Amino acid sequence: MRARLRLWVAGSVVAAIHVLIVFAGFFAPYDPTEQHREIPLATPFTINAKGDGRAEWFTTGWRYRVLGVVTCSRHLFGASAGGQVFVLGTDPYGRDQLSRVLCGGQISVLAGSIAAFLALLLGLVFGTVAGFYGGWTDEILMRLAELFLALPWLYLLLAARAALPDSLTPGQTFLLVASIIGATGWARPARLIRGLVLSAREREYVHAARGFGASHWYLLTRHIVPETWGVLLTQAGILIPQFIMAEVLLAFFGLGVGEPVPSWGSTLSYLRQPWLAVTAWWMLAPLLVMLPLFLGYHALASTLQQRAAAGSG
Amino acid sequence: MRTVPFAVCVLCIWLPAAGAPPADGARGGRLVYAQRAEPKTLNPVTAIDAPSREVIRRMTGDLITVNRRTQRPEPNLAESWTVSKDGRHYLLQLRQGLRFSDGHPCDADDVVFTFQVYLDEATHSPQRDLLMTGGKPMQVRKLASHSVAFDLAEPYSAPGRLFDSLAILPRHLLEAEYRKGRISAAWPLQSAPERIAGLGPFRLKRYLPGESIVLERNPFYWKTDGKGVHLPYLDEIDFLFAGSEENQMLRFLAGESDVLNRVSAKNFKALQTEQTRAASRLEDLGPGLDYDFLVFNMSASSGRPWFRMREFRQAVSLSIDREAIARLVYDGRAVPLWTHVTPGNKLWVNTALPRPARSVAAARGKLAAAGFSWDREGALHDPAGQRVAFSIVTSASNQERTQMATQLQDDLKQLGMNVQIAPLEFRAMVDRVMNKRQFDAAVMGLGGGDGDPNSEMNLWLSSGATHLWDPNQKTPATPWEAEVDGLMRRQLTAMDYETRRKLYDRLQQLEAENLPFICLASPNVLVAAKSTLGNFDPVNVDHYTLWNVEKLYWLPAHSGGSR
Repeated sequence: MRARLRLWVAGSVVAAIHVLIVFAGFFAPYDPTEQHREIPLATPFTINAKGDGRAEWFTTGWRYRVLGVVTCSRHLFGASAGGQVFVLGTDPYGRDQLSRVLCGGQISVLAGSIAAFLALLLGLVFGTVAGFYGGWTDEILMRLAELFLALPWLYLLLAARAALPDSLTPGQTFLLVASIIGATGWARPARLIRGLVLSAREREYVHAARGFGASHWYLLTRHIVPETWGVLLTQAGILIPQFIMAEVLLAFFGLGVGEPVPSWGSTLSYLRQPWLAVTAWWMLAPLLVMLPLFLGYHALASTLQQRAAAGSG
Repeated sequence: MRTVPFAVCVLCIWLPAAGAPPADGARGGRLVYAQRAEPKTLNPVTAIDAPSREVIRRMTGDLITVNRRTQRPEPNLAESWTVSKDGRHYLLQLRQGLRFSDGHPCDADDVVFTFQVYLDEATHSPQRDLLMTGGKPMQVRKLASHSVAFDLAEPYSAPGRLFDSLAILPRHLLEAEYRKGRISAAWPLQSAPERIAGLGPFRLKRYLPGESIVLERNPFYWKTDGKGVHLPYLDEIDFLFAGSEENQMLRFLAGESDVLNRVSAKNFKALQTEQTRAASRLEDLGPGLDYDFLVFNMSASSGRPWFRMREFRQAVSLSIDREAIARLVYDGRAVPLWTHVTPGNKLWVNTALPRPARSVAAARGKLAAAGFSWDREGALHDPAGQRVAFSIVTSASNQERTQMATQLQDDLKQLGMNVQIAPLEFRAMVDRVMNKRQFDAAVMGLGGGDGDPNSEMNLWLSSGATHLWDPNQKTPATPWEAEVDGLMRRQLTAMDYETRRKLYDRLQQLEAENLPFICLASPNVLVAAKSTLGNFDPVNVDHYTLWNVEKLYWLPAHSGGSR
């Protein structure tokens, strides 16, 4: 019962944050790239009233796209003409911190999710092939996995970034970052899946199917790969926050998606100047979303793992 | 021969109200100085990194030194000198009784040996180029045990600077290494203290790898104070290796170090809030000689033909909000800049040049007049119909420059330009800009030096390797670059300041008109020290805080751990 409650709470938190991020344009009152240079580092809840400017619900403002398809200009709140409202303050350029945190989440979470999907896909393919065929295939793939486990992906990305043209658009940089994180993160899930496949291929029903002349493809798709779904789901719960964190780390050091596109890492990067952490604490705002999201993912992953263990036991 | 007052040739760069004359201090105590990085060597012949030079300067002496406060050349190891009428021959008299820090006497043989080493191409000394005039090395001759003659191929416009910061080497310790061709490898950090000797106020005591270098008082140092007390006052200097500016600051706040050489504006603000607790003295010395700029790759191979259009660069310059850069990036502790000579360089800045106010409308007008056009979505296209899109590279580790690039991106967006920012690892960025030339535009910084135009030869000559926008030209690509070449060569040999000044004014005018690089801002020089450090007299030129280290002393009120 407790596990079920935990699953429900964690799932709700993760879902709520994803809704916030997917519909960031609606919740964000301003274009996250718009600079209000006259009020840099404004404190949270600053209402910059000019004329009769005041905070209002359901205002019309900057144009954004939902899921990259529908164009809207309606926002949950904003300020009437002549005013500005900054719920989480502004950054050193006077950009709305709330808008940057919400829209930045789209980049960070999407990069983490794409990277996790890529890593799991590669891990599933290599782990299954290694476990099912064994022998030299297994040896080569597992040594390769060890190599990738030892690979410092941060330096790999540094080298890749330096070697590529510097005129990459934010979209291209985004794909590069997600691909490198994903392509270097397959080794751990591959080793787990290999273990499962090694065990599954010795099951009696697999031997029976083999005896009836089932093809390798049939055995894999019908009997072996389905055994790995639980582990894949648990690994997704672990890898997504881990890869979000990787993107945050890269952007923190200025190597993620370029300005002015926001991401959690670039929003947090101002904290490389320690005085800002003290004097402008609202620069920590991305943590307000990141912490519950990561805790939610970890709670989901551990609950799913327990369920899988109980199921197999 | 006649004695020439060197002040005619070399005047002040920054002349605030002359500081009070240094007080006679008390002997004793230890000064702790947290450096950003560990020095690479203790060899003055090959050292090029700032941390190494910072330490080496405390251990070595030059013949004539430029006083960092007055910017006038002063006798140091040479007690007097004369210059011939044609400005090509110098005669220097060394002080009697000079001794290296190991007690060995110093005479003209050491001076001749020193210049032999610096001028030897095989030693790869960065000082060699400074000692060449008219493409030929200076000739150095010993006339007597304490008398040395220097002969130049051409007159040199700033003679005092020829000798400033050139450390005199101990022949008795380094000649054998030099003869074996190993002088470049001499005096690594791990050297035994007795194998290193100089003519500066301090000498090596010990080196702790990754931690610190400790220097102790040189008992043979020649200078005395007004009461005849042998300098330096301090017993020791500890150079700690902090690793980053943040660590430097934290150590200072914790009372673990006594001086901060240059602080960023953001950290300076933080220091101000902690000032009482740290009992420190903070000084904003105004703009120094450093400047930040945007440079376009104007090489023929760049693939962006509009970079070579003067109107394009003028439009970019007009659209930039320099005031916002000074205010947001440097917290107001910087000045907006239109040419590379900063207001801190009082002697050479051309104040008559216009400083056009930011105007996006005027910038758009310039572009329209040059044949640029805008599509329905407001995107800018060049006369050939090509979309104006380019990238700006900058150092990922330098947040201020990244911040500037972000502001520029926003400013240029208002002209319809599509600008991407590419923060790169510092060395990768430098490699792209200086060597591979694989970049569109870059936000960078230059400066330091002593503000004299001679130090900019390589930057301004079209054949120069650091002619950033289009280096190593065989012949000048444009008429104005040809004119700049002539101006720089003429000022190099002109012996009077007024002539040089006129030539350099014209250069700045050409720079303002043609904008080979677009200057943005010059940050103020911000320093800090414990308030009990006597004779602390920072200046806005390199080396900012320790230039008078032999006169620094602890006031009686000092009770910190350093003493």
